[in-house]
Amino acid sequence: MSSATDTQVPAAAPVKARRRRSLRRLSGRDRVVVGLLLGIPLLLDLAFVWFPALATLLLSFTKWNGVGSLHTKACLPNVPSILNNGCLYGIQNYHQAVTVYPEFWPAVRHNLIWLGVFIFVATPLGMLFAVLIDRGIKGSRMYQSILFLPVMLSLALIGIIWEFVYSQNLGLINTVIGRNGNSNAIDWLGNPHLNLWAVLVEATWRQAGYVMVLYLAGLKAVDPTLREAAVVDGANAWQTFWRVVFPVMRPINVVIMVVTVIESLRAFDLVYITNKGINGLELLSVLVTSNIVGETQRVGFGSALGVVLLVISLVPICIFLFQTFRSESREGQS
Amino acid sequence: MTTDSSISGSLPRVRTAQPSGTGRRGKPRPWGQIASQLFLISASVLWLLPILFALYIALRPYSETTKYGYVSLPHSLTLKNFTDAWSTSGMPHFFWNSVLITVPAVVIVLALASGVAFVLTRVNVKINVALLIVFTAGNLLPQQVIITPLYRLYLLIPLPSFLSDSGLMYNSITGLVVVNVSFQLGFCVFVLSNYMKSIPEEMYEAALVDGAGLWTRFWRLTVPLCRPALAALATLLTTWIYNDFFWAITLMSSGDKRPVTSALANLQGQFVSNQNLIAAAAMIAAVPTLVVYVLLQKQFIAGLSLGSSKG
Repeated sequence: MSSATDTQVPAAAPVKARRRRSLRRLSGRDRVVVGLLLGIPLLLDLAFVWFPALATLLLSFTKWNGVGSLHTKACLPNVPSILNNGCLYGIQNYHQAVTVYPEFWPAVRHNLIWLGVFIFVATPLGMLFAVLIDRGIKGSRMYQSILFLPVMLSLALIGIIWEFVYSQNLGLINTVIGRNGNSNAIDWLGNPHLNLWAVLVEATWRQAGYVMVLYLAGLKAVDPTLREAAVVDGANAWQTFWRVVFPVMRPINVVIMVVTVIESLRAFDLVYITNKGINGLELLSVLVTSNIVGETQRVGFGSALGVVLLVISLVPICIFLFQTFRSESREGQS
Repeated sequence: MTTDSSISGSLPRVRTAQPSGTGRRGKPRPWGQIASQLFLISASVLWLLPILFALYIALRPYSETTKYGYVSLPHSLTLKNFTDAWSTSGMPHFFWNSVLITVPAVVIVLALASGVAFVLTRVNVKINVALLIVFTAGNLLPQQVIITPLYRLYLLIPLPSFLSDSGLMYNSITGLVVVNVSFQLGFCVFVLSNYMKSIPEEMYEAALVDGAGLWTRFWRLTVPLCRPALAALATLLTTWIYNDFFWAITLMSSGDKRPVTSALANLQGQFVSNQNLIAAAAMIAAVPTLVVYVLLQKQFIAGLSLGSSKG
C-alpha cells in the first residue's frame, strides 16, 4: 500500500517536500501503524456498510425467508413456497413489488410527497430563516437558538410531542378551532387523507431548522467584499442574494440538496412512532423494515425494496461526491 | 472551534459590517426590518409551542386534563407525572443502556476516524481519494438500504458471552455500538480529513527533523491540534447516537435492552391510558439533548458546519 519512492530528506528537495502528500520512506513500524490506523476502520466500514449494501443488491434477486440456506438454483414455478426457498428468483421480487404489492405505489407516492414538501417548503423556509438571521437583525441569536431547538430532539420524541398538538378530543388544534367534540373532531393522525400532511408539518418543523443552520454557516463564509461590491454597483438586497451570494454558495447548496433528498428517503422514525407506518403513512423505508421485523420474513423482497431506495439515493450521493472530490483528484494529479 | 470564532478570526470584516444591517444593503428599510421581526417572532412562537405544550401537559394531573382538555387553565401543577414515569417504567435502566451505547460508540468512532483521516491526509497511499469517497459515501446511504442483510449478518455473528448475553451481535449492546461506529465513521473521516488538511506541512517537517515516527506525528502532533474539531464532532455524535431510533428498533428484539429513545415506543404502549405520563417520559428523555442544547450549542453547530463546508 504505502509506497516509498522518495528517500530524500525534506530539506534536500524543498519543492517536492512541500507537496502535501509528499512520499516519504516509512519504517517498518510506520507501516504497521498505517496498516492499523487505516485497516481496522476500513474493515468495519466494508463489513457493516458496504458489504450489506452489496448484499442487498444480490439478495434482491433471491427468494428467501431467512430460514435454511441460500443456493444458486433457480426457483421452480408452481411449487409451494416452502419448497422454493433460498433460490434465485430473477427480477420477480421487483415485478411483484410494482404489480401486486399493494403498499408499494402508495409508499412511492408518499416518499415523493415527502421529498416535494422538503424541497418546496422546508428547505426554502430554512434558507429564509438563515438569510433573515444573517442580516444581523435584532435578536437574531435568540431566533437562531429557538428555530434550531427541534434539530436537537430525536424524531421519535418529536412524534410524541406533536401527538398532543394533534390529539383528537383534547388536542391543541382541535380545541382552538372548536372541533374537539366526539362527532366532529378531526382525526389528524388517524385519517389516511390527512395524516401524511400532519406528519409532514412535524418533519418540516425540524428540517427547516437543520437547513437554517447549514445555510447560516455557508452565508457567514461568503466573502463580504462581494456583497459590498454588489451594493456599490447599485444592486438591491434581492439582486445581491440571487446574483452574487447564491451562486458562490454552490457547494453549500449541493450539501443542502443532498441532505434534503437523503433525509426524505430516510424518513422513518416519525411515521413509525405515530402508527408504525400504516394506514396512509406507508413509506419505502417502512416497507423494507416490515419485511424483516414483521411476522413473515421476506428477505429477498425486502432487499428489492432496499435496492429501490439505493438507486434513488445514489443520484444525490454521486452529485455530492463529484462536486466535493473533483477538485481533490485534480490537486492529487498536479 | 465555534463558527463565530472562526469567522471573526479569518474574516474580521463580517463583524464590522454586521451591526449596521441596513448600511450594508444601502438604504435603510424600516418596513423590511419590521416585517422580518414579525415573521421571525411568529416562527419562534410556532417552533416553541409544541414543546412547551407537551411540557405543560406533563405538569398537569391526568384527571384534570381528561376533564378540561389539554387547552385549559391549570387547576394544579404537579411533578408527579415525572416521578411516576421515572420510577414505574424502568427509565433509569433505559438511560443506562443509552450511556452504554453512546459513550463507547462516540469514543471509538472518533479514535478510528482520526486515524483514518490522518493516514489519508498525511501518508500517500495512492488511493487516498478513493478511500475517502468510500467512507464518505457509506455515511450517506439511507439506513434502510443496508438493514436487511445487516439484520441477517447480526443473527449470524457470534459474540462471547461477556459482550452479549444473547451470544449474537443481534440484540446486544455491542452490536448497536458496532453499527453506530461503522455508520458514523464516514462522516467523521470526511470532517476530520478536511480539518487536518489545514494543518501546515511545516509542523510535520519539524517533527520529522526531530525524528518523530508516524505514530508520534499522529498522536502527539495531529490529535491535539484537532481538539476543536473533535470536541464539535463529539457533541454532534453524542446527540445523534443518543437520538438513534432505527438501529435499536431493528437490531434489538427485546425492549429491556433498548436505549431510551427507542424505548419511548414501548412506553407509549405501556402508558396508553395516561398520556400525561407519556409527555413526562418524553420530556425526561429529552433532558440530555437539552443539556447539550443549552451548554454546547456552539459546538453542535460547529460540527454541522464543519461537515457541510470544506475545511
